[in-house]
Amino acid sequence: MLSFFNSKNFRNFHDDYLFWIKIFFLTLVIFGLIISLFVSPADYLQGDTVRIMYVHVPASWLALQIFAVMSICGFITLIFKTRIFTLISKSIAPIGFTFSLISLFTGSIWGQPTWGTFWTWDARLTSMLVLVIFYITYIFIWKIISKFNLAEKLSSIVSLIGLANLPIIKFSVEWWNTLHQPATIRFTESSTIHSTMLTPLLIMFIAFLSFSIIIFLIRFKLESLNLKINSKR
Amino acid sequence: MNNNVKKRLYFFLVSIITVLIIGKFIYDSLKINSVYFFSPSDLVSITEIPNGKIRVGGMVKNKSLKKKGNQYSFIVTDFKNEILVYYKGIKPNLFEEGQGAVVEGKLNTRTNFVATKILAKHDENYMPKEVADALKKTGNWKNNYGK
Repeated sequence: MLSFFNSKNFRNFHDDYLFWIKIFFLTLVIFGLIISLFVSPADYLQGDTVRIMYVHVPASWLALQIFAVMSICGFITLIFKTRIFTLISKSIAPIGFTFSLISLFTGSIWGQPTWGTFWTWDARLTSMLVLVIFYITYIFIWKIISKFNLAEKLSSIVSLIGLANLPIIKFSVEWWNTLHQPATIRFTESSTIHSTMLTPLLIMFIAFLSFSIIIFLIRFKLESLNLKINSKR
Repeated sequence: MNNNVKKRLYFFLVSIITVLIIGKFIYDSLKINSVYFFSPSDLVSITEIPNGKIRVGGMVKNKSLKKKGNQYSFIVTDFKNEILVYYKGIKPNLFEEGQGAVVEGKLNTRTNFVATKILAKHDENYMPKEVADALKKTGNWKNNYGK
Protein backbone atom coordinates (compact mmCIF):
# COMPACT_ATOMS: atom_id res chain seq x y z
CA MET A 1 0.00 0.00 0.00
CA LEU A 2 2.64 2.50 1.02
CA SER A 3 4.83 1.49 -1.88
CA PHE A 4 2.12 2.85 -4.17
CA PHE A 5 2.47 6.30 -2.66
CA ASN A 6 5.84 6.93 -4.16
CA SER A 7 6.60 10.15 -6.02
CA LYS A 8 8.26 8.18 -8.76
CA ASN A 9 5.09 6.15 -9.36
CA PHE A 10 3.05 9.30 -9.91
CA ARG A 11 5.69 10.78 -12.19
CA ASN A 12 5.81 7.59 -14.23
CA PHE A 13 2.04 7.58 -14.43
CA HIS A 14 2.22 11.16 -15.70
CA ASP A 15 4.71 10.21 -18.40
CA ASP A 16 2.88 7.08 -19.51
CA TYR A 17 -0.78 7.98 -19.37
CA LEU A 18 -1.18 11.77 -19.44
CA PHE A 19 -1.82 11.79 -23.18
CA TRP A 20 -4.63 9.25 -22.89
CA ILE A 21 -6.27 11.00 -19.98
CA LYS A 22 -6.21 14.21 -22.03
CA ILE A 23 -7.92 12.42 -24.93
CA PHE A 24 -10.47 10.96 -22.51
CA PHE A 25 -11.12 14.39 -21.00
CA LEU A 26 -11.50 16.13 -24.37
CA THR A 27 -13.95 13.56 -25.72
CA LEU A 28 -15.99 13.66 -22.55
CA VAL A 29 -16.10 17.45 -22.21
CA ILE A 30 -17.08 17.99 -25.87
CA PHE A 31 -19.71 15.26 -25.65
CA GLY A 32 -20.93 16.52 -22.27
CA LEU A 33 -21.16 20.16 -23.39
CA ILE A 34 -23.13 19.22 -26.51
CA ILE A 35 -25.58 17.17 -24.47
CA SER A 36 -25.97 19.69 -21.67
CA LEU A 37 -26.21 22.78 -23.90
CA PHE A 38 -28.23 21.45 -26.84
CA VAL A 39 -29.67 17.97 -26.34
CA SER A 40 -30.94 18.06 -22.76
CA PRO A 41 -34.37 19.63 -22.23
CA ALA A 42 -35.05 23.00 -20.65
CA ASP A 43 -36.46 22.95 -17.13
CA TYR A 44 -40.23 23.35 -16.73
CA LEU A 45 -39.73 26.34 -14.46
CA GLN A 46 -36.26 27.76 -14.97
CA GLY A 47 -36.14 27.27 -18.73
CA ASP A 48 -32.65 27.35 -20.21
CA THR A 49 -31.12 28.75 -17.02
CA VAL A 50 -30.99 25.16 -15.79
CA ARG A 51 -27.99 24.55 -18.07
CA ILE A 52 -25.79 26.53 -15.69
CA MET A 53 -26.26 23.60 -13.30
CA TYR A 54 -24.17 21.31 -15.51
CA VAL A 55 -21.12 23.40 -14.69
CA HIS A 56 -22.13 24.65 -11.25
CA VAL A 57 -22.87 21.31 -9.57
CA PRO A 58 -19.79 19.31 -10.74
CA ALA A 59 -17.56 22.27 -9.83
CA SER A 60 -19.10 22.49 -6.34
CA TRP A 61 -18.79 18.74 -5.76
CA LEU A 62 -15.15 18.77 -6.75
CA ALA A 63 -14.39 21.85 -4.67
CA LEU A 64 -15.63 19.95 -1.61
CA GLN A 65 -14.09 16.61 -2.49
CA ILE A 66 -10.68 18.08 -3.25
CA PHE A 67 -10.65 19.85 0.09
CA ALA A 68 -11.59 16.58 1.80
CA VAL A 69 -8.61 14.88 0.12
CA MET A 70 -6.39 17.76 1.25
CA SER A 71 -7.59 17.31 4.83
CA ILE A 72 -6.83 13.60 4.78
CA CYS A 73 -3.39 14.36 3.36
CA GLY A 74 -2.89 16.96 6.08
CA PHE A 75 -3.80 14.42 8.74
CA ILE A 76 -1.34 11.83 7.40
CA THR A 77 1.36 14.46 7.05
CA LEU A 78 0.99 15.62 10.64
CA ILE A 79 0.85 12.16 12.18
CA PHE A 80 3.13 10.02 10.04
CA LYS A 81 5.42 12.69 8.58
CA THR A 82 5.31 11.39 5.06
CA ARG A 83 6.26 14.07 2.59
CA ILE A 84 4.42 12.76 -0.44
CA PHE A 85 0.99 13.59 0.98
CA THR A 86 2.07 17.18 1.42
CA LEU A 87 2.98 17.23 -2.24
CA ILE A 88 -0.39 15.75 -3.23
CA SER A 89 -2.22 18.31 -1.12
CA LYS A 90 -0.12 21.18 -2.41
CA SER A 91 -0.67 20.17 -6.03
CA ILE A 92 -4.46 19.85 -5.84
CA ALA A 93 -5.16 22.98 -3.78
CA PRO A 94 -5.27 25.40 -6.77
CA ILE A 95 -7.60 23.01 -8.62
CA GLY A 96 -10.07 22.99 -5.76
CA PHE A 97 -9.72 26.74 -5.36
CA THR A 98 -10.56 27.29 -9.03
CA PHE A 99 -13.59 25.00 -8.80
CA SER A 100 -14.87 26.77 -5.70
CA LEU A 101 -14.62 30.11 -7.53
CA ILE A 102 -16.40 28.64 -10.56
CA SER A 103 -19.09 27.36 -8.21
CA LEU A 104 -19.65 30.80 -6.66
CA PHE A 105 -19.64 32.65 -9.99
CA THR A 106 -21.96 30.28 -11.86
CA GLY A 107 -24.14 30.19 -8.76
CA SER A 108 -24.60 33.94 -8.70
CA ILE A 109 -25.23 34.04 -12.46
CA TRP A 110 -27.96 31.45 -11.86
CA GLY A 111 -29.23 33.21 -8.75
CA GLN A 112 -29.98 36.52 -10.46
CA PRO A 113 -32.67 35.23 -12.87
CA THR A 114 -33.95 32.52 -10.49
CA TRP A 115 -34.01 34.07 -7.04
CA GLY A 116 -33.77 37.70 -8.06
CA THR A 117 -30.41 38.36 -6.42
CA PHE A 118 -26.74 37.70 -7.17
CA TRP A 119 -25.79 37.14 -3.57
CA THR A 120 -27.46 36.63 -0.23
CA TRP A 121 -26.03 35.68 3.15
CA ASP A 122 -27.76 32.36 3.62
CA ALA A 123 -25.98 29.40 5.23
CA ARG A 124 -25.04 27.57 2.03
CA LEU A 125 -23.58 30.59 0.25
CA THR A 126 -21.76 31.85 3.32
CA SER A 127 -20.19 28.47 4.15
CA MET A 128 -19.09 28.11 0.52
CA LEU A 129 -17.40 31.52 0.77
CA VAL A 130 -15.66 30.28 3.92
CA LEU A 131 -14.34 27.34 1.89
CA VAL A 132 -12.89 29.77 -0.67
CA ILE A 133 -11.20 31.64 2.18
CA PHE A 134 -9.72 28.36 3.47
CA TYR A 135 -8.35 27.62 0.01
CA ILE A 136 -6.84 31.11 -0.19
CA THR A 137 -5.27 30.74 3.27
CA TYR A 138 -3.81 27.36 2.35
CA ILE A 139 -2.29 28.61 -0.90
CA PHE A 140 -1.03 31.80 0.73
CA ILE A 141 0.85 29.85 3.39
CA TRP A 142 2.84 28.13 0.67
CA LYS A 143 3.44 31.44 -1.13
CA ILE A 144 4.53 33.41 1.92
CA ILE A 145 6.49 30.92 4.03
CA SER A 146 9.73 29.89 2.38
CA LYS A 147 10.73 27.25 4.95
CA PHE A 148 9.29 24.01 3.61
CA ASN A 149 8.88 22.28 6.97
CA LEU A 150 7.02 25.17 8.55
CA ALA A 151 4.77 25.70 5.55
CA GLU A 152 4.04 21.97 5.48
CA LYS A 153 2.94 21.97 9.10
CA LEU A 154 0.85 25.16 8.97
CA SER A 155 -0.89 24.29 5.73
CA SER A 156 -1.78 20.82 7.04
CA ILE A 157 -3.30 22.36 10.14
CA VAL A 158 -5.32 24.79 8.00
CA SER A 159 -6.61 21.96 5.82
CA LEU A 160 -7.64 20.02 8.93
CA ILE A 161 -9.49 22.97 10.46
CA GLY A 162 -11.21 23.50 7.13
CA LEU A 163 -12.49 19.94 7.26
CA ALA A 164 -15.02 21.06 9.88
CA ASN A 165 -16.52 23.38 7.28
CA LEU A 166 -17.31 20.61 4.79
CA PRO A 167 -20.25 19.02 6.66
CA ILE A 168 -21.54 22.54 7.31
CA ILE A 169 -21.61 23.21 3.56
CA LYS A 170 -23.15 19.84 2.80
CA PHE A 171 -25.89 19.94 5.43
CA SER A 172 -26.45 23.71 5.62
CA VAL A 173 -29.51 23.32 3.40
CA GLU A 174 -31.04 20.88 5.89
CA TRP A 175 -29.96 22.37 9.21
CA TRP A 176 -31.01 25.92 8.47
CA ASN A 177 -33.64 27.70 6.44
CA THR A 178 -31.73 28.66 3.33
CA LEU A 179 -32.60 30.29 0.05
CA HIS A 180 -30.50 27.63 -1.65
CA GLN A 181 -32.54 24.52 -2.44
CA PRO A 182 -31.77 21.16 -0.76
CA ALA A 183 -29.66 18.53 -2.50
CA THR A 184 -31.16 17.07 -5.65
CA ILE A 185 -28.87 14.06 -5.98
CA ARG A 186 -29.19 11.88 -2.89
CA PHE A 187 -27.62 8.56 -2.07
CA THR A 188 -30.22 7.29 0.37
CA GLU A 189 -33.40 8.40 -1.37
CA SER A 190 -34.37 8.74 -5.01
CA SER A 191 -33.03 11.84 -6.72
CA THR A 192 -35.44 14.56 -7.73
CA ILE A 193 -33.99 15.12 -11.16
CA HIS A 194 -35.19 13.69 -14.44
CA SER A 195 -32.82 11.20 -16.10
CA THR A 196 -32.46 13.36 -19.24
CA MET A 197 -30.85 15.98 -17.00
CA LEU A 198 -28.96 13.61 -14.74
CA THR A 199 -26.97 12.04 -17.59
CA PRO A 200 -25.27 15.26 -18.81
CA LEU A 201 -24.63 16.20 -15.18
CA LEU A 202 -22.76 12.96 -14.48
CA ILE A 203 -20.84 13.17 -17.78
CA MET A 204 -19.74 16.70 -16.92
CA PHE A 205 -18.71 15.55 -13.45
CA ILE A 206 -16.46 12.79 -14.84
CA ALA A 207 -15.04 15.27 -17.36
CA PHE A 208 -14.22 17.75 -14.59
CA LEU A 209 -12.76 14.94 -12.51
CA SER A 210 -10.43 13.81 -15.30
CA PHE A 211 -9.45 17.45 -15.82
CA SER A 212 -8.49 17.62 -12.14
CA ILE A 213 -6.40 14.46 -12.54
CA ILE A 214 -4.57 15.96 -15.53
CA ILE A 215 -3.70 19.14 -13.65
CA PHE A 216 -2.81 17.12 -10.56
CA LEU A 217 -0.35 14.89 -12.46
CA ILE A 218 1.34 17.88 -14.10
CA ARG A 219 1.55 19.87 -10.89
CA PHE A 220 2.66 16.89 -8.83
CA LYS A 221 5.56 16.16 -11.16
CA LEU A 222 6.61 19.80 -10.99
CA GLU A 223 6.35 20.00 -7.20
CA SER A 224 8.19 16.76 -6.53
CA LEU A 225 11.05 17.58 -8.91
CA ASN A 226 11.22 21.05 -7.39
CA LEU A 227 11.56 19.54 -3.94
CA LYS A 228 14.26 17.19 -5.16
CA ILE A 229 16.31 20.05 -6.63
CA ASN A 230 15.90 22.25 -3.55
CA SER A 231 16.86 19.50 -1.11
CA LYS A 232 20.04 18.81 -3.05
CA ARG A 233 21.15 22.40 -2.84
CA MET B 1 3.97 2.22 15.18
CA ASN B 2 6.82 3.97 16.86
CA ASN B 3 6.40 6.08 19.94
CA ASN B 4 6.48 9.45 18.23
CA VAL B 5 3.70 8.51 15.86
CA LYS B 6 1.65 7.27 18.80
CA LYS B 7 2.19 10.49 20.71
CA ARG B 8 1.10 12.61 17.78
CA LEU B 9 -1.92 10.38 17.24
CA TYR B 10 -3.03 10.79 20.87
CA PHE B 11 -2.46 14.51 20.70
CA PHE B 12 -4.51 14.62 17.54
CA LEU B 13 -7.38 12.59 19.00
CA VAL B 14 -7.58 14.81 22.07
CA SER B 15 -7.62 17.97 19.95
CA ILE B 16 -10.29 16.49 17.67
CA ILE B 17 -12.53 15.80 20.65
CA THR B 18 -11.98 19.32 21.99
CA VAL B 19 -12.78 20.83 18.62
CA LEU B 20 -15.91 18.70 18.30
CA ILE B 21 -17.17 19.88 21.68
CA ILE B 22 -16.48 23.53 20.81
CA GLY B 23 -18.10 22.96 17.44
CA LYS B 24 -21.21 21.60 19.11
CA PHE B 25 -21.57 24.79 21.18
CA ILE B 26 -21.05 27.00 18.14
CA TYR B 27 -23.56 24.96 16.18
CA ASP B 28 -26.16 25.22 18.94
CA SER B 29 -25.84 28.97 19.24
CA LEU B 30 -25.82 29.43 15.46
CA LYS B 31 -28.96 27.39 15.14
CA ILE B 32 -30.81 29.86 17.35
CA ASN B 33 -29.28 33.11 16.16
CA SER B 34 -28.61 32.73 12.47
CA VAL B 35 -32.04 32.29 11.04
CA TYR B 36 -32.08 33.24 7.39
CA PHE B 37 -35.85 33.39 7.29
CA PHE B 38 -38.77 32.67 9.59
CA SER B 39 -41.77 30.57 8.66
CA PRO B 40 -45.27 31.98 9.29
CA SER B 41 -45.60 29.49 12.17
CA ASP B 42 -42.45 30.90 13.80
CA LEU B 43 -44.10 34.32 13.78
CA VAL B 44 -47.17 33.06 15.61
CA SER B 45 -45.08 31.96 18.57
CA ILE B 46 -42.82 35.03 18.92
CA THR B 47 -43.42 37.17 21.99
CA GLU B 48 -42.84 40.63 20.50
CA ILE B 49 -42.91 41.94 16.97
CA PRO B 50 -39.34 42.66 15.79
CA ASN B 51 -38.63 46.24 14.81
CA GLY B 52 -35.96 45.72 12.16
CA LYS B 53 -35.90 44.04 8.82
CA ILE B 54 -36.70 40.32 8.85
CA ARG B 55 -37.28 37.63 6.25
CA VAL B 56 -40.27 35.34 6.00
CA GLY B 57 -40.31 32.27 3.80
CA GLY B 58 -42.87 29.78 2.64
CA MET B 59 -45.12 28.88 -0.23
CA VAL B 60 -47.11 31.50 -2.12
CA LYS B 61 -50.68 30.35 -1.59
CA ASN B 62 -52.66 29.42 -4.68
CA LYS B 63 -55.12 32.07 -5.93
CA SER B 64 -53.88 34.60 -3.38
CA LEU B 65 -51.69 36.75 -5.66
CA LYS B 66 -53.35 40.05 -6.51
CA LYS B 67 -51.75 42.61 -8.77
CA LYS B 68 -52.48 46.30 -9.18
CA GLY B 69 -49.91 48.11 -11.32
CA ASN B 70 -46.63 47.25 -9.66
CA GLN B 71 -48.28 46.61 -6.32
CA TYR B 72 -48.70 43.03 -5.24
CA SER B 73 -50.40 41.35 -2.35
CA PHE B 74 -50.24 37.65 -1.63
CA ILE B 75 -50.34 35.09 1.15
CA VAL B 76 -47.24 33.19 2.26
CA THR B 77 -48.09 29.90 3.92
CA ASP B 78 -46.30 26.95 5.48
CA PHE B 79 -49.55 24.93 5.41
CA LYS B 80 -50.16 25.55 9.11
CA ASN B 81 -50.15 29.30 9.40
CA GLU B 82 -50.15 32.08 6.87
CA ILE B 83 -49.23 35.72 6.55
CA LEU B 84 -50.46 38.44 4.21
CA VAL B 85 -47.66 40.22 2.33
CA TYR B 86 -47.75 43.56 0.51
CA TYR B 87 -45.07 44.44 -1.98
CA LYS B 88 -44.38 47.30 -4.38
CA GLY B 89 -41.82 46.85 -7.13
CA ILE B 90 -40.64 44.37 -9.72
CA LYS B 91 -41.11 40.69 -8.98
CA PRO B 92 -38.59 38.00 -9.97
CA ASN B 93 -39.56 35.88 -12.98
CA LEU B 94 -39.91 32.67 -11.05
CA PHE B 95 -42.10 34.21 -8.38
CA GLU B 96 -45.48 32.56 -8.88
CA GLU B 97 -48.39 31.07 -7.01
CA GLY B 98 -47.63 27.61 -5.68
CA GLN B 99 -43.89 28.31 -5.60
CA GLY B 100 -41.60 28.97 -2.67
CA ALA B 101 -40.60 32.53 -1.87
CA VAL B 102 -38.65 34.49 0.71
CA VAL B 103 -39.78 38.04 1.39
CA GLU B 104 -37.67 40.67 3.12
CA GLY B 105 -39.21 43.58 4.95
CA LYS B 106 -41.03 44.69 8.06
CA LEU B 107 -43.63 42.93 10.12
CA ASN B 108 -46.60 45.17 10.96
CA THR B 109 -48.70 42.71 12.88
CA ARG B 110 -48.37 38.96 13.28
CA THR B 111 -50.23 38.35 10.04
CA ASN B 112 -49.37 41.47 8.05
CA PHE B 113 -46.04 42.03 6.34
CA VAL B 114 -44.70 44.80 4.11
CA ALA B 115 -41.96 43.49 1.85
CA THR B 116 -39.19 45.58 0.34
CA LYS B 117 -37.66 42.69 -1.56
CA ILE B 118 -38.90 39.38 -2.94
CA LEU B 119 -36.68 36.38 -3.53
CA ALA B 120 -38.07 33.38 -5.40
CA LYS B 121 -37.09 30.12 -3.74
CA HIS B 122 -36.37 27.33 -6.14
CA ASP B 123 -36.99 23.74 -5.04
CA GLU B 124 -34.82 20.71 -5.68
CA ASN B 125 -36.97 19.34 -8.50
CA TYR B 126 -35.54 19.41 -11.99
CA MET B 127 -37.56 18.10 -14.91
CA PRO B 128 -38.40 18.85 -18.54
CA LYS B 129 -41.64 20.67 -19.31
CA GLU B 130 -43.22 17.57 -20.90
CA VAL B 131 -42.70 15.54 -17.74
CA ALA B 132 -44.13 18.33 -15.58
CA ASP B 133 -47.21 18.49 -17.81
CA ALA B 134 -47.63 14.72 -17.71
CA LEU B 135 -47.41 14.74 -13.91
CA LYS B 136 -49.99 17.50 -13.70
CA LYS B 137 -52.32 15.48 -15.95
CA THR B 138 -52.10 12.31 -13.86
CA GLY B 139 -52.50 14.23 -10.63
CA ASN B 140 -49.11 13.32 -9.19
CA TRP B 141 -47.99 16.91 -9.25
CA LYS B 142 -46.03 18.03 -6.19
CA ASN B 143 -47.77 15.57 -3.91
CA ASN B 144 -44.65 15.66 -1.77
CA TYR B 145 -45.35 19.26 -0.79
CA GLY B 146 -46.92 20.24 2.46
CA LYS B 147 -45.36 17.42 4.42
